[in-house]
This record gives sequence, structure tokens and C-alpha cells, in this order.
Amino acid sequence: MNSVFRSTARAVRAVTSLSGLNQWSRSMCSASEVHKNLAEVVKKDKVVVFMKGTPAQPMCGFSNAVVQILRMHGVDNYAAYNVLDDQDLRQGVKAFSNWPTIPQVFFNGEFVGGCDILLQMHQSGDLVEELEKLGIRSALLDTEKESK
Amino acid sequence: MLSSVRSSSLAFALSRQLSHFRPSMEPGAHRPVETSIRTKLTQTLQPEHLEVLNESHMHAVPPGSESHFRVLVVSPRFEGLSLLQRHRLVNEALREELSSSVHALAIQAKTPQQWSSDPSLAKSPPCLGGSKHDQTVAEKLKAGSN
Repeated sequence: MNSVFRSTARAVRAVTSLSGLNQWSRSMCSASEVHKNLAEVVKKDKVVVFMKGTPAQPMCGFSNAVVQILRMHGVDNYAAYNVLDDQDLRQGVKAFSNWPTIPQVFFNGEFVGGCDILLQMHQSGDLVEELEKLGIRSALLDTEKESK
Repeated sequence: MLSSVRSSSLAFALSRQLSHFRPSMEPGAHRPVETSIRTKLTQTLQPEHLEVLNESHMHAVPPGSESHFRVLVVSPRFEGLSLLQRHRLVNEALREELSSSVHALAIQAKTPQQWSSDPSLAKSPPCLGGSKHDQTVAEKLKAGSN
């Protein structure tokens, strides 16, 4: 079954207009498999978030804050893994990044931090820069331009 | 009195402090986790300013819980360290609490200079009820009460 989902995900990823479906197919890609392979998982996508709930329905205020910040910057094509679906994943990711809480954000396979750090990066302008390094243009740059 | 202070748009920071005010009793008598957090952060980071706020009441956990905290640490030890390095220092100091009863920890880690140019306490986002459906939180709360 997983291989069916994975090939679907690959096909869907190729069609950028289906980014909503892409999100669904990634989260359906068995959270139970994810914890065994975290080193690979965090590198597979430019932006990876381990959170409680899903971007469509966060189950925690701090996880929701991460989703909202990414949304503000126009980052909607990221991998989100729901740790509430899988206790092994939840413990695994904490051990992997040596970080005790959820949410956890990774950029290009590198651990960035949790909600507090992402928020401060957003407030200081660092997040726009970091996204640029990933080849992602923050939507906030465009809104700034429009208002000038 | 508290509600009228809270509704004041001016002294928001002050109202936030008051909303966390607890009537004084024997210090730490019924707040062992908070006391432990305070002690460890003081010992490890020698802060110039320290705030430890129990935010459990803002979350879907029973009254009197010590599961969700916010800490503000102002220390020269943070000079030259990235946000991630600073937060890791705090996490390390509180490793025991984080592996037992503390389920969530919001951190602000500032240098004295940063604090004097912006002496504000950040506000936690509203709870979305996750702890209600979370078996591990129930376990952690039990661990905390032992």
C-alpha cells in the first residue's frame, strides 16, 4: 500500500497546482515508517515540520504558530508529519534532534528549532533570508513591494 | 480586579504578570516543578533576570498541573550564541523536568543588552486542546505528582 501512496506522491509532486493533494499524500505516507528513517526524511524536502495535528488542522497552539508563520511567508509546499499518529515517531524525532518538544522545524535537513525560534526568526527578518538560501522566495517580500 | 486589569489595553505586560500572580504561600510548597526549574536555571545560567511562568492553566490539563511552562532567561552566558545554542542550554539545564512532568516549554533567551532594548515577555499562542487527546500528557502529569 505504501508504495502506491509513494508513487502517487511522486506523480502529484510533479503537478505543482495540486499542492493541497500533495500535502495529503505526504501525510498519508505512513508516519509509522517515518521514524525508522528520520535522517533521510528530514533531507527529502527543503522544509520539514514535525507537529501535532496537520497543517489543515493543528492540534496544538505552538504547532499552529509554525503553520501560520510558514503560511505568511507563502511556504505551503512542505512536509508535515503528525506525531500524534505515532508515538514511535514522536519519541524518535526528539531523540534524533536531541530536542525535547514538538513542533520541530528542519531546513535542508538541518534542525532549525521549535516554535519560539521560528517566531523570532520571523520577527527579526532572518526567516526571509533563510528561506532565500533554500531557494524559496518569501511572500512577505512581494507584499512589501506592493505596498511601496 | 484581575479581569479589569486584563481588559486594560495599556498595561498589557503588567496585566500578564498579574494574571500569573499566585497568592503567597510557603515558597514552592505546592509548586515543586516550578521551583526546580527556577533553581536549575539560576544555577546553570546565572541570569540577571529570570521569569518562570506556569502556563498549564492555559491548556487542556487539570487545574494545579505543572505541565506547560514559559521561561524568560536574561544572561550574559548567551552572548555570541545562536538562538538554537541558547535554547539547547536551557533544555539541558531542565533535562530532568522535560523528561518527566514538563510537556511544553516556551523559551526566551536574551542577553542583558537585548533585554534592556526590549524588555517584553512574549505571549503563548492559544491552546488548541491537543493535551486533551494526548495519553502521554496524562502519564506525565502522574509522574509529576509522585
